[in-house]
Amino acid sequence: MSTLEEYVARVEGTCGEEKDVIVTFKYEKRAEAMARILSRAEVKSSFSGIVYELTFKNLSFRLYPSGKAIFRSVRDREELNRTLAALLL
Amino acid sequence: MYAIRKDFPILQRKINKNTLVYFDNAATTQKPLQVIDALKDYYENHNANVHRAVHTLSQEATEMFEAAREKTAQFINARSTSEIIFVRGTTEAINLVAYSWGLRNLQADDEVLISLMEHHSNIVPWAILSEIKKFRVKYSRINADGTLDYEDLESKLSRKTKLVCLSHVSNVTGVINDVKRVCKAAHDHGALLLLDGAQSVPHLPVDVEALDVDFLAFSGHKMLAPTGIGVLYGKKALLEGMPPFQGGGEMIREVAVNPQGNRCVITWNDLPWKFEAGTPNVSGAIGLMAAIKYLERIGMDEVFRHEAELNEYAVKRVRECRRVTLYGPLGASKCGILPFNVAGLSSHDVALFLDNYGITIRSGYHCAQPLHQSLMLQSSARASFYIYNTREEIDRFVEVLGEIEQF
Repeated sequence: MSTLEEYVARVEGTCGEEKDVIVTFKYEKRAEAMARILSRAEVKSSFSGIVYELTFKNLSFRLYPSGKAIFRSVRDREELNRTLAALLL
Repeated sequence: MYAIRKDFPILQRKINKNTLVYFDNAATTQKPLQVIDALKDYYENHNANVHRAVHTLSQEATEMFEAAREKTAQFINARSTSEIIFVRGTTEAINLVAYSWGLRNLQADDEVLISLMEHHSNIVPWAILSEIKKFRVKYSRINADGTLDYEDLESKLSRKTKLVCLSHVSNVTGVINDVKRVCKAAHDHGALLLLDGAQSVPHLPVDVEALDVDFLAFSGHKMLAPTGIGVLYGKKALLEGMPPFQGGGEMIREVAVNPQGNRCVITWNDLPWKFEAGTPNVSGAIGLMAAIKYLERIGMDEVFRHEAELNEYAVKRVRECRRVTLYGPLGASKCGILPFNVAGLSSHDVALFLDNYGITIRSGYHCAQPLHQSLMLQSSARASFYIYNTREEIDRFVEVLGEIEQF
């Protein structure tokens, strides 16, 4: 059974922004992670394949092909993990 | 300056199929072959522990290590190598002053005055120490354009002030502070001045004698040298009066336990070794020497001129971007640091977008949250330039900023 650890390399709170969290996907899994996320979340807008503006279960986030996602206003780590699990597993 | 780019192998790297544009120099700088080769030569031919052993390799390593100290002293015009303490970086240098000088000299009625433009490394050690020693920390304001409010700083000086902590150059705005003015004001009130030179020593000529600062802290990795090597300069009389920061080998002359086995008598080593407990970062110091020689060959006046010119060009070009706001005094004398935001996007989004094109910048608070609060900013993006950057790279940066504005 897949786990979040297979996809997620690091989770860091941003400095300067309110409750934003940067999720960095593992390099070898980033394409797969992106494909899964894009198939499950709602794409609100995208820009030349460089950045995707997405929503999923009332959380908005941006996804970058470099393997990073910025989640906005996440309540806590538990909520983030639940969201990532629903998006990736 | 174009010719020196060949000395920096990393500038050939591709990020996401784009040639690297490295604009995160205020965080750390890239390393020229001359520094990389110095490290390689040391480890291939001279590696040994310094000072104590009598064998040939140790003597060679010691000579190289102490030559690095001599070169560093000369670079900042210190009077003597006794005044040059090798540390891990600026942060450790400031902590050394806090826990050695501060712990011994600061009392409950005393005050330490810190500017709000400081990096956290020049705020947090004093906040921690004030909890222990119960002295008061006061903060001097900055103006809306990010410059230091000198009148406010001077009005907060009193006979209670024992230390003033100031950045020579802001790591967020690139503003160059009038150190001589602040130093004179501090000394007139009987206070010492601790200068954070992390963003000045790599970018402009710094002369500790002319500035008359009491302490100067800076990092090697921001001036082409390896990480893990930095310098604390202190006036000899002050350093002589300070107790050691850490205990261990190297920093003692003698350790003798009495015959009863219940007392240890320790004699400290001479300066500067009194403050260098344990095996020092020998290769780092040698790398720093190579970096200083490299910068001296260019000339620090030329380094500053090049960065100021790039900064002026960047300001002019970035102003063409409708959604970009620049911060800091655009006309004032500055080092090559460009803080900005793009309307509607977080600084992290801007940094990630630029990264997609191989352009590296910093985003967030840059370890200077009080400064961001003073300027009422959530965060900022920061492009910072160094000797190997070019106008063409700025053109590419502005081109991509133009694309970001379309998002």
